[in-house]
Amino acid sequence: MGIVEIHDLSLTINENNILKHVNLDIWTGHIHALVGTNGAGKSTLASSIMGLEGYREVTGDILFNGERINDLTIDERARKGITFGWQEPARYEGIRISDFVGAGIPSSRQKQKEHIINDSLQQMGLNPDEYQNRSVDQTLSGGERKKVELASIVAMDPPFIMLDEPDSGIDVGTLEKMAEVIQKLKKKGTTILLITHSLAVLRQADHAFLMCDGRIIEKSVAAKIIPYFEKNCIPCDHKNMPDTEGTS
Amino acid sequence: MNADPKLRTALTNASGIEQDIFKRKDIAHLFIHHNKIIGLQGVPGLEIDAEELDDGVSLQIVLKKDTLVANPVHMCFGLMHNEGLQRIKMKIHIQDNASMQVLAHCTFPNALNIQHLMDADITIGKHASYSYIERHVHGDHGGITVVPKAKIHLQDHARYKTDFELLKGRVGTIDIDYETICEPYSVLEMNARVNATHNDVVQIKEKGHLNGEHSHGVLLSRVAVRDEATAEVYSELTASAPYARGHVDCKEIVQDNGVVSAIPIVKVNHPKAHITHEASLGSVDSKQLQTLMARGLDEEKATDLIIQGLLR
Repeated sequence: MGIVEIHDLSLTINENNILKHVNLDIWTGHIHALVGTNGAGKSTLASSIMGLEGYREVTGDILFNGERINDLTIDERARKGITFGWQEPARYEGIRISDFVGAGIPSSRQKQKEHIINDSLQQMGLNPDEYQNRSVDQTLSGGERKKVELASIVAMDPPFIMLDEPDSGIDVGTLEKMAEVIQKLKKKGTTILLITHSLAVLRQADHAFLMCDGRIIEKSVAAKIIPYFEKNCIPCDHKNMPDTEGTS
Repeated sequence: MNADPKLRTALTNASGIEQDIFKRKDIAHLFIHHNKIIGLQGVPGLEIDAEELDDGVSLQIVLKKDTLVANPVHMCFGLMHNEGLQRIKMKIHIQDNASMQVLAHCTFPNALNIQHLMDADITIGKHASYSYIERHVHGDHGGITVVPKAKIHLQDHARYKTDFELLKGRVGTIDIDYETICEPYSVLEMNARVNATHNDVVQIKEKGHLNGEHSHGVLLSRVAVRDEATAEVYSELTASAPYARGHVDCKEIVQDNGVVSAIPIVKVNHPKAHITHEASLGSVDSKQLQTLMARGLDEEKATDLIIQGLLR
């Protein structure tokens, strides 16, 4: 049994079928990539798993540790152990980085809150003395904001993490730091789903789901998906008309 | 002066002021309870003349030319009773090249039927600087009406900053009316942060006239409105001289059955002047909210954190 199981999931928004009978299993403790070109439905699928506004009216089943979670709110899903890192994270006027990073630390670990916040920032290469009292606002660069986003997820320490386009808007150094943290999370047993169209991110994954036109068209080890994706999807040569020849 | 130590202690405790300031000769203070002066200490160069009236006090404050007051001056205007009228008439002159910061504590923790009316006339001389941070502490009943009015005149190169905060306790009714005239190279910054709940009523009227060349002004307001509360923010900034620069920034978050409105008026009367404005009114930003919920906070806690941040 995977930590997340998706059975026959479909989603229609404004008469557009965005997700079409998606089935997939996400295995505990592995890094998975959901890969595909822009508009394939990757972020929509992740948003549906998180239960974000506008992505909840799905048909089919979303199971987390065997429990159907379709009817749970975002925070209820988060407290079960799911979280999501946005491609372009929100900015907050006046909320200190320490408060933001510490917001998701569960009550059972509140006694170590300060240590967890400092450690999470340090893991992302952010000096706590320099950053914890700054606001999560426009004064942070895009790369800094991404690091703070991942630090907040590290501090929360959920069993299942989805990261939407984790490499977008960041420099090479930050990407390396992020890859390091992702591998550390894997080592401690965290399951990760990377939503991406980047080969650099795809290469961090153990397994990959290739998505096109709202469908999962292939599931395999990442090493098998990479050559197909590189050859046929960059650039996309079939305009959302999946051709799976050569993937398996 | 009626220096009632018990009353002063009660007022300072309710205001969150550390008692240590009374032992320090280098910290000026002025404490007023209803119409009684219960604490007054100046520092060299700062003259405070206070006169008790039937329903409040009249103050003449002069900061002498070239005086730089190192520590913030603490002023406390309050009423520990649950009803009454407190009228503060204030004339302030910060003379040329002088500088002072005031922390004003307006404390009405038991208000059931209180009116706090302030009328200020402030002149800030050439190259002088004056900062006035006004923090209100109200009780939980909302039985208070606060009406601060001020006319401020900034001379050449003067700087004036005011922060108005009403975040603790019920607002009741508040009606702020500040108007500032800015001469060349002067800098104006007016900030207001108010947290309104129940049936509180908030009215903020701020006007800045950037009459001098290279004068700068920012009017910033942050208001959170919940339950049945209402808020109206009127911000007017006029630039009438070359290189006058200004910005009006208003954010209001509304929850429940609250009602908010913002009326920004920006006027530019000179081709080399420039003013910008931004306003954001409405519910809590969905992405901000969902991000915090995805970390496990329920909607109410996530909303509170966002509002606390906005009002910080």
